[in-house]
Amino acid sequence: MHEMTPPPGATAPVFYAQEEHAHGDGGTLFGFWIYLMGDSLIFAVLFACYGVLGRNFAAGPSGADLFDLRLVAVNTGLLLLSSITYGFAMLEMDKDQARKTLVWLGVTGLLGAAFLAIELYEFAHLIHEGATPQRSAFLSSFFTLVGTHGLHVTVGIVWLVTLMIQVRQRGLIVANQRRLMCLSMFWHFLDVVWIGVFTFVYLMGVMR
Amino acid sequence: MFSNLDLQQLIFGRLTLEAIPYHEPILLGTFAVVALGGIALLGAITWYGKWGYLWHEWFTSVDHKKIGIMYIVLAIVMLLRGFADAVMMITQKALAVGASEGYLPPHHYDQVFSAHGSIMIFFMAMPFVTGIMNYVMPLQIGARDVAFPFLNNFSFWMTAGGAILTMMSLFVGEFSRATWLGFAPLSGAAYSPGVGVDYYIWGLQVAGVGTTLSGINLIATIVKMRAPGMTMMKLPVFCWTTLASNAIIVTIFPVLTATLALLALDRYVGTHFFTNDYGGNAMMYMNLIWIWGHPEVYVLILPAFGIYSEVVSTFCSKRLFGYTSMVYATMVIALVSWLVWLHHFFTMGAGPTVNSFFAIASMIISIPTGAKVFNWLFTMYRGKIRFETPFVWVVGFIPTFVIGGLTGVLLAVPPVDFVVHNSLFLVAHFHNVIIGGVVFGLLAGVQYWFPKAFGYKLDPFWGKASFWCWLVGFWTVFTPLYILGLMGVTRRTQHFDDPAVQPFLTVAAVGVFIIAAGILAFLIQLFVSYLRREQLRDLTGDPWDGRTLEWATSSPPPPYNFAFTPVVHDLDAWWDMKQRGYDHPLEGFRPIHMPKNTGAGVILAGLSTVLGFALVWYIWWLAALSFIALVAAAITHTFNYNRDYYIPAEDVARLEGRRMAQLAGRA
Repeated sequence: MHEMTPPPGATAPVFYAQEEHAHGDGGTLFGFWIYLMGDSLIFAVLFACYGVLGRNFAAGPSGADLFDLRLVAVNTGLLLLSSITYGFAMLEMDKDQARKTLVWLGVTGLLGAAFLAIELYEFAHLIHEGATPQRSAFLSSFFTLVGTHGLHVTVGIVWLVTLMIQVRQRGLIVANQRRLMCLSMFWHFLDVVWIGVFTFVYLMGVMR
Repeated sequence: MFSNLDLQQLIFGRLTLEAIPYHEPILLGTFAVVALGGIALLGAITWYGKWGYLWHEWFTSVDHKKIGIMYIVLAIVMLLRGFADAVMMITQKALAVGASEGYLPPHHYDQVFSAHGSIMIFFMAMPFVTGIMNYVMPLQIGARDVAFPFLNNFSFWMTAGGAILTMMSLFVGEFSRATWLGFAPLSGAAYSPGVGVDYYIWGLQVAGVGTTLSGINLIATIVKMRAPGMTMMKLPVFCWTTLASNAIIVTIFPVLTATLALLALDRYVGTHFFTNDYGGNAMMYMNLIWIWGHPEVYVLILPAFGIYSEVVSTFCSKRLFGYTSMVYATMVIALVSWLVWLHHFFTMGAGPTVNSFFAIASMIISIPTGAKVFNWLFTMYRGKIRFETPFVWVVGFIPTFVIGGLTGVLLAVPPVDFVVHNSLFLVAHFHNVIIGGVVFGLLAGVQYWFPKAFGYKLDPFWGKASFWCWLVGFWTVFTPLYILGLMGVTRRTQHFDDPAVQPFLTVAAVGVFIIAAGILAFLIQLFVSYLRREQLRDLTGDPWDGRTLEWATSSPPPPYNFAFTPVVHDLDAWWDMKQRGYDHPLEGFRPIHMPKNTGAGVILAGLSTVLGFALVWYIWWLAALSFIALVAAAITHTFNYNRDYYIPAEDVARLEGRRMAQLAGRA
């Protein structure tokens, strides 16, 4: 099978490419997808912990005692809206409108910041009530899961501001478009995770 | 007085002079040796004025070949440390029987076995495997570098930073006494209040970031950067195993990161994930850590399988038997590796249904693995075998690994496991597969690819001497441990009351010195080969009559690997090129686009290491400062858009011309 002799008269095979062949975006977006998958596994661990420990109240308060669904609903709305505005930013990027892209990015960042502010208010309120992460395994896993999501949103905002400065400095060059694309994936990913948090932690938490 | 104490605490956290173990003679002696060696090394570098060279050519290099070599150097250094721990453990066991207490008190002995496991897996086997994957894989797929060259440099320095933190625990404070996996609740604040577990956590967290990123990097490289014509089913087997191994890495290391973060929260914040009180669940830790831990061993063994496959096929001068089945076997092992973690704690009491599932899944792994063994044997069948040094490792590996695999199948049977759980039988089993499988494979890989990396072969005499010492030493150590395990001797035991175990432990202690001779022979081999490099020189770039693309370029390869990207027509691409009269291109060179070196990786990893140290010792101001600096440095790095350059066509022509002259001079 292996001893391949070229048939007589066959043209010599090409063994090397004379032209440089491009690697597209160099695999950045593909690599970022893999990163997101890894990150989602971190959340999977936190969800699993919440699943196992989420009813271990240790004679402390439960989700039904603590959660204010109206507040969380507002927060969910803010975050979902921020995904839409990020989408608008990307549409403007495709039209090469740097200014409008920046405006929509700014709106996205503000919505993200509002989300964080409400989350911090909620945490402060819980801790004030005595429902601290140290109170029970339920609260440990609650604060860690929701807090890790919040930490991701914080990182997303820092990244967003950095990118806004870079877009202002250099415009929508290819490198910046690629970066905006990665942040877009990251931002939508956080939305998906939040839908899980909202459903499994808050909605199911208030059920008795 | 008291305000003075507070100030000291503010500045140094819980780090006091008491943390320096100057009252432990063993550690003091070690420190003296390490310090003298370190000063001698640093002095020599300064004396010869090599700092600039090291910084510009190595530390800041984004060249996958140099990074690969740095990984392997790190691994060999850590092998010596981990092995020293092994020698201490086994000699302590052999001495501490009956009235004798041996020379390691329990608190020290517990650190030694925890450090041995952590170091051997995280800082010996992992960097070794990553190093070989880094060096070889891009060459095998005809690429100029990995997909993200800067990330590669950063990953290496994170691994090195984790290793530095772990090593630091030897002389500043203590290491974890809670085993290599930091089992909760023993590793919790209630039972391990000292800094040992914190060193363990932050050492692994820093290194884990590097491992995850390098996993993403190598996957993207294989998927996106293969030479034209190299379809997935023309991918060399080593690259397939690299792909499988890194696919496992990117799925399990996030789990490890999350698990250790939760353990850190328990210790630092006082949460209740794995505690005994307030609803915590320690078995949750067991599950999570083994969801990382079991697939981890496949991360290590799969690339070793890839190395054996390459070596067998090259030294039998024959295409690998059953390439397709090899690929499927690799992927099946990777898939099932995610489904077997519970076999590490059958005794937990999850019940027969759960245990049966994990028992059957564990046994299933032996089927694709067995298929691989037969493929290697059938490749040898009627091959023109050359018993060069890399190949003898394969011959030693096959019987050793098969026995290790069979004892693994025994352990996968829950009733058997209940009898030998946590015994020396288990210890013998996993050393049997990790030494006989992973370490043998890595050492075979070094023998095989060393001439590619340095341009001369390794001395065969000392290589074979090293092999025989390893093989004989391995069996001398672990045969007695198998027997002791069946007698019911548990692992991690610092002292034995029953004198009946001493003869076996003495034999094992003799064996460990035979392995030590094997390691020494390997180091001598490196030294002797360097002295004899002119006799061992290879100018062809293809010393073993190889089959895959890494042998198509010069040894060592130029920075750009290939002046022209190869076009692949066959699985054994280079063999095919040789068979069909490939000529090295002599003209038409073009400028080559390459990534620039950067010091950002060293800086970011350095700051992470300082952050880890500050967190271990509760030095909060330093932790805050290094964290802010870390974020600032990372953001600053993103403002650098000037990351690549072109090697001018004349330089390429000059380098290639020099190689042609060498080839012509030889012919």
